[in-house]
Amino acid sequence: MTDSTQRSTERRKHVGRAISHESARGHVTGEALYTDDLVPRTKDVLHAWPVSVPHAHARVRRVDFEKAAQRPGVVTVLTAEDVPGVGNVGAARQDEPLFPEIVEYHGQAVAWVLAESEAIARRAALEVVVDAEPLDPIVTIEQAIERDAFLAHELKIERLQDGRDDIEAALAACPHRSRGEVQIGGQEHFYLEAQAALVYVDEGDQVMVHASTQHPTETQLIVARVLGVPSHAVTCQSLRMGGAFGGKEVQANTWACVAAVGAVKTGRPVRVRLDRQRDMALTGKRHPFLGRYEVGYDDEGRILALNAELFSDGGWSLDLSQPVLARALFHIDNCYDFPSLRVTGRVCKTNKTSQTAFRGFGGPQGMVVGEDALERVARVLGLPPHEVRRKNFYTEGSETHYGQEVKDADRIERIWTTLGESADLERRLAEVEAFNEAHDHTKRGIAITPVKFGISFTTAFFNQAGALVLLYADGSVQVSHGGTEMGQGLHTKMLQVAADALGVDLETIRMMPTRTDKVPNTSATAASSGSDLNGQAVRDACTAIRDRLAPVAAEALECDLEDVVFEGGEVYRADGKGERIAFGQIAKAAYLARVPLFATGYYRTPNIHFDEEAGRGHPFHYYAYGAAVTEVEVDGFTGQYTFRRTDILHDVGDSMSPKVDLGQVEGGFLQGLGWLTREELVWTGDGRLATRGASTYKLPSLGELPEEFHVDLLPKAADPTVIHGSKAVGEPPFMLAMSAREALRAAVAAFGEGGRGAVELGCPATPEAVYWAIEARREAANEALAAEE
Amino acid sequence: MSSEPTILVDGRPISLASVDPHQPLLHFLRERGLTGTKEGCAEGECGACAVVVVTPEGESSRFVTVNSCLVPAVGLAGREVITVQGLAEGEALHPVQAAMVETGGSQCGYCTPGFVMSLFAEHYREGRVPGEVWDEAIGGNLCRCTGYRPIKDALASLPAPGDDRHKRRLAQVTPAPAAVQHVATLEDGSEVRFHRPTTLEALFAILAAEPEAKLVGGGTDVFVEVNQLDRRWPVLVSLDSIAELRGIREDDAALTIGAGVPLSRIEDELGETVPMFGELFPLFSSRLIRNRATLGGNLVNASPIGDSPPALLALDAVLVLASAEGTRELPLSEFFLDYRKTALAAGEIVAAVKVPKPFPDVQRFYKVSKRIMDDISTVAAGFAFWRDADGVITKARLAYGGVAATPARATAAEDVLEGHPFDAMAVVRASTHLGTAFTPMTDHRGSARYREAMVTRLLEKLHADLSPRSEAAE
Repeated sequence: MTDSTQRSTERRKHVGRAISHESARGHVTGEALYTDDLVPRTKDVLHAWPVSVPHAHARVRRVDFEKAAQRPGVVTVLTAEDVPGVGNVGAARQDEPLFPEIVEYHGQAVAWVLAESEAIARRAALEVVVDAEPLDPIVTIEQAIERDAFLAHELKIERLQDGRDDIEAALAACPHRSRGEVQIGGQEHFYLEAQAALVYVDEGDQVMVHASTQHPTETQLIVARVLGVPSHAVTCQSLRMGGAFGGKEVQANTWACVAAVGAVKTGRPVRVRLDRQRDMALTGKRHPFLGRYEVGYDDEGRILALNAELFSDGGWSLDLSQPVLARALFHIDNCYDFPSLRVTGRVCKTNKTSQTAFRGFGGPQGMVVGEDALERVARVLGLPPHEVRRKNFYTEGSETHYGQEVKDADRIERIWTTLGESADLERRLAEVEAFNEAHDHTKRGIAITPVKFGISFTTAFFNQAGALVLLYADGSVQVSHGGTEMGQGLHTKMLQVAADALGVDLETIRMMPTRTDKVPNTSATAASSGSDLNGQAVRDACTAIRDRLAPVAAEALECDLEDVVFEGGEVYRADGKGERIAFGQIAKAAYLARVPLFATGYYRTPNIHFDEEAGRGHPFHYYAYGAAVTEVEVDGFTGQYTFRRTDILHDVGDSMSPKVDLGQVEGGFLQGLGWLTREELVWTGDGRLATRGASTYKLPSLGELPEEFHVDLLPKAADPTVIHGSKAVGEPPFMLAMSAREALRAAVAAFGEGGRGAVELGCPATPEAVYWAIEARREAANEALAAEE
Repeated sequence: MSSEPTILVDGRPISLASVDPHQPLLHFLRERGLTGTKEGCAEGECGACAVVVVTPEGESSRFVTVNSCLVPAVGLAGREVITVQGLAEGEALHPVQAAMVETGGSQCGYCTPGFVMSLFAEHYREGRVPGEVWDEAIGGNLCRCTGYRPIKDALASLPAPGDDRHKRRLAQVTPAPAAVQHVATLEDGSEVRFHRPTTLEALFAILAAEPEAKLVGGGTDVFVEVNQLDRRWPVLVSLDSIAELRGIREDDAALTIGAGVPLSRIEDELGETVPMFGELFPLFSSRLIRNRATLGGNLVNASPIGDSPPALLALDAVLVLASAEGTRELPLSEFFLDYRKTALAAGEIVAAVKVPKPFPDVQRFYKVSKRIMDDISTVAAGFAFWRDADGVITKARLAYGGVAATPARATAAEDVLEGHPFDAMAVVRASTHLGTAFTPMTDHRGSARYREAMVTRLLEKLHADLSPRSEAAE
């Protein structure tokens, strides 16, 4: 495939190839460095450890660190007095004191010990005595609603079918109405690399921040605010992250700020690294949600109206809770056309960690509520859920409840049909039914669910990106851009984009760590937008350089500008005549001819807007689609289950990097599977997180990988409005896991002797939740039997 | 006893002088700049810190993976450790590394060193058939990015090992670990002592001199306390090099398993002899843990949710307890006194576990947990029946974990099962006793009500599994 520019020609050589992760060699040899790996390479580092208060809500009367400070090896204890600037690290609003007087969640740090080793800091932190007066905590969403404790104003989107006065009127006109309520659990990010920062003060008071952050610009900004210095006095580098998933979008800032305050106070490098227990206790998670709804429908299962209210558990501070909630409202429709739809949402304030971004960003919670309604309608009517789903799909020309055209809506049907065939759905539905008839104590369930996910930051100004490309006179290249690498393969894709745009080999280019002194004012690497935004910016910069090289090459090749081809490290004439000149030679010649060999690149997504007041707009550049079929087997004695098979067909546009994209689809699916099945966050009544370690919180292991797993990328799916026709892939596959939840529900239903009626299933559907759902189904079947007799 | 203790890491000796015995190998390595090995959880669940310890195996050697977060660095004095940073030969990747690159087995790369080490040990495992995938080999490693498929593909693609330096190393003998005595002075002037005796006699001499010593079997529980609860002791004594605790013997009366035998060895050697073990161990944490964990530790720990007690109670196991005064035997059913309290006297250790013969002709282990691999049980059950020629139960054992302050048997239900065949009526009779046998509690693993239900449901499951139209067979 050839992309042509006005001046010289770009050939697609690396983009689209299934290459391994750009850092794969470093990963497998242990040579790839992460923030905390810099510590033994840095001299005189001090180690910080938090002084935690074991109450979910308390007023701090006194912090007595006299004894701790005397322990040999302790250098100082950081408190509010040590903050040179503003002692608040809140990102959305300034509602997160770094050294709080009121403890707002269990384990919150009120002071930090700095010591010569982590072991000493930990021992000393235990010796700090905090005199705190416990206050009444809010632990659940229900408690927050009851006490009118919310972190922000209500959000609402409403679309009414022609002529209806309000949603009640729309529901009143429906032949059937059902109510549902679904409690949706949160999720711990469990990035394998816990939060980490290392800060030191360089020459001229320049503060160098190494942080495991998805948003170096914001980390820079907040560190500067806390230190009371301009942004130019702080440089932030995010080398690479050992996973993030949204958990380091905002939540990385606090630790960098603690380290910065410590470094400025002591003049020594300061390291903050949370261990897993602290990380789970102190950092925000996916928002738990409560969804209540009423759905109206006809005899055939066509949905006519939905009225839903969503409550999210925001924790103690606002963080990103409002845009997370907004995305839930935007995605309650999933792939379905609800003629009348009203959805409202509130962020509840509770005395928990501040819940935050997590892959899907509220979209999954919204969709789970929508899918719950679809499933309920099917089961109440006794219709096959997959047929009810299909009946309600958006079609070409449909508009969402917020008034955006559902671009490429035909892909929903195309994916559904293709996947149904490749997964052999009809035959397997029959097989499952036969199996269930033959077995009393073991039942299988199979379900297919679709995904539609809107791509773009719903906050319009984040949809911009920058890049800096440096070509050296020997022909080697450094590429910097605003995006961060957290394992998602962004640098890999950027490498491919840059290599094709410059017409060089991958080895010619070095991807540089993300730094705020290379590209300023960047957006978080989030919302699946990393490669869309930064890809355009990188290409823009590379194209600028290529265009400057082209005249030099044209002269050497004795041809017109448009006949110059840059490809694979060589420059040659499109007509094949003449010699092939090494890229490095052209670079050298350009340098000698005094041509600037560096360029910036920039991109902003066009036409993104949303009027919150009206609930109307165009918040997304496009949608990504997919569908999954999952089959499970459930043990009726214990509720334990296994995943027998999953088939996925997912739309990544024209894949820029198939190995990377496949990894995102598979990994996203399994992470979603964990959220909906095994991963259960448990808080005690007094607000302590009881599941604060890998031994109590169970993310998917190899055992959750379906025994059979078929994943395909949708062919012929290029989106010409996106870089190289690709589509964003980070988040959408996460929601493919809803197929597993609905498969479990189907299996549970099979325990009820073919009974009708909704199947209430906890979320996450832990083995215990599945067990109680089976018990309820069995009881209902027994009651029905007794009534017949 | 070595005067200048060192540990051999990727062929390079590193001094252990003045190292706190509470410092896990993981932190020891990282402090010295060997940051390839990662910390993911510090409690042996994620495997990011996995390294290989070269272990004696008769006249040759074996590569054994362990979680370096749960092994004290000084505990490996004089031993040889291989980390992820010691595999590549210059620019040439090791085959397991190349496989991970090729399949896309790394995304963020943070769990990758642990997976690489698990794959490395599996690559050289005696008896591995290339192409066959043994899930357990990577069952103790967690990845949050990939969804495991490419890592499993990497495992499946591993060729048979060539004649490389690791293969040659395996062919060489590894001497049994020598005794170690180690003292560290901490920053506050306090002293911490560490002993690694190699005989019971030496152990009891140490215990006589250091009565406050904390005994460490495999360390997979003690070091969770060190890492997670900041627990410290003035004296640590490692039991992992005492030959008398590491034997397996069988005679006409019983099978006797040394309390210090790593669980993975019991799994490998006795999984077929005692089917209960074959069912128990794959569900018992992960291979990375089982390579260190011991029956002695799992019993002395006396957790109500330990996995081996229900199995061993069902097998009617007898403990051999040893002290400086000699040995005595105690039925396991009399060992657990209360929550985390045992009948072990001061200065006494569990030396061995005897499984008496004849073995029961029905033996089953069930574990109810959120996750199937690598999890802690919500409820576990060990069931055993000895039956006569007519199928009448002559002795029944129903033992549970997770439903009381200690692992416990449902003796009333056992009584009503004896003297009858195990049919549907027997289940109903037993159920009336099981329903009230225990008063479990609610915690983050499960509700009291669920646990209570499982006590009966698991016996019903046993019946279903044993009935002629067994669903388990499909």
